[in-house]
Amino acid sequence: MSHALPGTPFHPRTAPLVQGQTWRRWAGYVVASSYELHHDREYHAIRSSAALFDVSPLFKYHVRGPDAVRLLDRVVTRHVARAAVGQVLYTPWCDAEGKVLDDGTVSILAPDFVRLTSADPNYRWLGENARGLRVTIDDASDAVAALALQGPNARVILEHAAGTDLSGVRYFRLTNALVRGTPVTITRTGYTGDLGYEIWMDAEHALPVWDAIVAAGAPYGLTPAGLLALDVARVEAGLLLLDVDYVSARKALIASQKSSPLELGLEWTVDFDKAAFVGREALVAERARPGEWRFAGVEVAWEPLEALYTEVGLAPRLPTTAWRTSVPLYAPGTDRQVGYATSGAWSPLLKRYIALAHLEAAFAEPGRELDFEVTVEHRRRSARAHVRSLPFYSPDRKRA
Amino acid sequence: MSGSRYDVIVIGGGHNGLVAAAYLARAGKKVVVLEQRHLVGGAAVTEEIVPGYRFSVFSYVVSLLRPEIIRDLALPAHGLEILPLESTVTPMFNGDYLAAWPDVDLTRREVARHSLKDAEVSEEYGRLMGLMAMAVKPIISMIPPDPTSLSPRDLRGLLKVGRHFQSLTPKHFHLLYKLMTMSSADFLDEWFETDVLKATKSASGIIGTFMGPRTPGSAYVLLHHYMGEIDGAFRAWGFARGGTGAISESITRAARSFGAEVRLDAQVTRVRTSGGRATGVVLANGDEVDAPVVVSSLDPKRTFLRLVDERDLPDEFLGDVRRFRIRGSSGKVNLALSGLPDFTCLPGAGPHLRGAISISPSLEYVERAYDDAKHGSFSRRPYMDIILPSMIDPGMAPPGKHVMSIFVQYAPSTIAGGWNDARRDAFGDAVIDALAQFAPNIRDLIVDRQVLTPADIERITGLTEGNIFQGELALHQLFFLRPSPGWAQYRTPVRGLWQCGSGTHPGGGIMGAGGRLAALEILGAGA
Ligand SMILES: Cc1cc2nc3c(=O)[nH]c(=O)nc-3n(C[C@H](O)[C@H](O)[C@H](O)COP(=O)(O)OP(=O)(O)OC[C@H]3O[C@@H](n4cnc5c(N)ncnc54)[C@H](O)[C@@H]3O)c2cc1C
Repeated sequence: MSHALPGTPFHPRTAPLVQGQTWRRWAGYVVASSYELHHDREYHAIRSSAALFDVSPLFKYHVRGPDAVRLLDRVVTRHVARAAVGQVLYTPWCDAEGKVLDDGTVSILAPDFVRLTSADPNYRWLGENARGLRVTIDDASDAVAALALQGPNARVILEHAAGTDLSGVRYFRLTNALVRGTPVTITRTGYTGDLGYEIWMDAEHALPVWDAIVAAGAPYGLTPAGLLALDVARVEAGLLLLDVDYVSARKALIASQKSSPLELGLEWTVDFDKAAFVGREALVAERARPGEWRFAGVEVAWEPLEALYTEVGLAPRLPTTAWRTSVPLYAPGTDRQVGYATSGAWSPLLKRYIALAHLEAAFAEPGRELDFEVTVEHRRRSARAHVRSLPFYSPDRKRA
Repeated sequence: MSGSRYDVIVIGGGHNGLVAAAYLARAGKKVVVLEQRHLVGGAAVTEEIVPGYRFSVFSYVVSLLRPEIIRDLALPAHGLEILPLESTVTPMFNGDYLAAWPDVDLTRREVARHSLKDAEVSEEYGRLMGLMAMAVKPIISMIPPDPTSLSPRDLRGLLKVGRHFQSLTPKHFHLLYKLMTMSSADFLDEWFETDVLKATKSASGIIGTFMGPRTPGSAYVLLHHYMGEIDGAFRAWGFARGGTGAISESITRAARSFGAEVRLDAQVTRVRTSGGRATGVVLANGDEVDAPVVVSSLDPKRTFLRLVDERDLPDEFLGDVRRFRIRGSSGKVNLALSGLPDFTCLPGAGPHLRGAISISPSLEYVERAYDDAKHGSFSRRPYMDIILPSMIDPGMAPPGKHVMSIFVQYAPSTIAGGWNDARRDAFGDAVIDALAQFAPNIRDLIVDRQVLTPADIERITGLTEGNIFQGELALHQLFFLRPSPGWAQYRTPVRGLWQCGSGTHPGGGIMGAGGRLAALEILGAGA
């Protein structure tokens, strides 16, 4: 047993590509922050050609047995029984108080076989909710490797690699295929808000799949991309990140750190028609008497920000990577704090300074003005900002 | 020297006595510390027992030392340097091991090798114990109110405790209640399934107690050991550079910088009184030292049954002191080694040798060790908490050589036939045998050894029965009951005589809280 964190099953391929030894920890693995010295080209590949991400560190659970779907329906807020085989659902799940524990995807691989992905370990939570059900739960986190192929050229590249037509695989659907003889599951999902697929395979056969996709992608501008590029794309797509945009109810040390799905803008994922799931009663009550918080986009206005820098004789400084610190938001022109942003980025595509934020309900209407705290040349200033609805970016090709 | 005049005499230069002296001197008092031995520290000393090899003779790791004391006395400026002790590895009989590394992901992966479920539970358990420790912490820094008193201060204090507990959620209150009443094994059974994990966690709950992992009440000690992990400064157990004695020395330097005098080789034989008031002390060499305030850092039995005239104490109080539970249960073996031990489960050198090695391969192993003690013998296969100080501070041994500190349980203070040289050797041999099961090369490495039974601990440090905490950390001996109902505020029935050792609230370990709180109380009383 080693005293170091492991690389993913793709490590032999990814390691030689990382030019600056820039690695980041993710769920007990190390993965590339960026392959090139700057992540800019990797980001633009997501939006203009195609980017390949190693997303193997995701936690993955295989639930098998006649009650597999029933177990998932007990746990998550979406209605799994209503979904068809071949469908994938994005969903959060909650504790009994209706506070979010984690979020991830549910892939219905067969009537009696479901895969759950998550950001944190959930083996025990699934097990505790499985009492009396005919299911087996396997932690497949290490056994299954995963890639995300994202961007406008993702489909054509994957069609070549898998030798199959993917036009029938709609958004949040899946199909099975062979890549260089290796069976893979292809889901039309991703964390970029673009056209894209995730490819799931046995960890043992990971390398030939990587090779096939890289080879097929060469003529289409495919670029391996790291987490820095992904982070910018997911802010543009308005996608939440556990431990950054919200705290799992499991890890919260004080009550105010917890959030319900309704407070995270995930109301659409809560199926109140479903008879029973963990947290339902609390969420029903909350729907009747909505809580204090909303989750929304915030855009920092350009001219006032520029003016703050001009005042000190500088050109505006913009974040070069997505940030993950808590930034206070105030009612305009006052020192009353009405929220906080949890991640943000300069969007190289939209040319806008955007952020994801928790806001008091009264201040969460799109268009509302806010003051956004910025540090200009060591001094704390306020920049005018506006509430925006999420996502900031959602190209038609994502669903087409 | 007869007739010297001081404001305060502190009996005993253990860390608590030194802390009390430093605070009192800082407030302008003329203070003298009288220590019987040739060096300060009591149970917190470093001595070169084997030439070139420096042992933390008794106490060996630190985490509970109160941060406010470190700040108030500027201990880092006086030489205190605490190095991290980051991991715990438990070798198992099947050749495997269980490790807790200083990294959540590494530890989760490690525990998951044994149980996926426990890997997830561990994080939650750690968080909750941290919360519980936070809940109890304010009480530790507070002078215990007397629940039978109607003085405004006691009532205010009680109210504060009450309000504090009310602020806990019902779930947390319930958990606290369980911690106060259950056995550590039962408590851990509610959380974990991996035997070796439960064994190792419960072992930390029996340190210094005469309890087994299945003895009700042992769960509280689990919490006592989490206290050190909540103050940011010391998240976990650490090792003082230069050994544990360096802590005592830094406090001594602080005390002297405030003008306190520390006298060595000065054994106190009697507290002098006049009209029910302390007036000074008499030393073994016949010298007398006068002061209107005398503070004893010794355990309650030694203070009241040996130094104070019985006639100065109420019968009821004497009865309480006689009943105060202080059975010793621990021994210590210090080894000078010519090289590094080779553990079968993790051969060669490695990060595990920079942390603690816990010999607690199963719950049954630890419970059996306790059974031996219950029946009046030392454990033939003891629980052991081992560190290699020279791996953390190379200055503890000659270059390339090592020292090993082995804390051993159980070694009862009273064994059948009593402790003598032959039984001490047999005890030392049992420890080496038990260790050799997991590190077979240990015998070839031993340059010399120091074996300390509870009788030795008592003989050298004056800790009655060798009890490492100056009295058991049992629920009925904590907070306003420590050491005796009505006398938990560092006062004693003899006016002018105070107590400040580990036998007072909040209890044992290198914490310094007794010394500090007693000093504040004495100053507050306008002495
Ligand atoms: C083997 C062992 C291992 C331990 N391990 C740890 C550990 O790893 N971590 C931890 O936090 N705690 C540990 N402890 C507990 C901790 O060391 C003690 O609780 C603490 O040091 C006690 O400090 P004290 O100042 O209250 O008392 P003491 O250290 O007992 O100080 C009392 C002093 O009084 C002196 N004295 C006694 N009688 C007289 C007299 N008549 N006249 C003058 N002087 C006298 C003694 O010599 C001594 O210096 C351990 C204890 C032992 C014995």
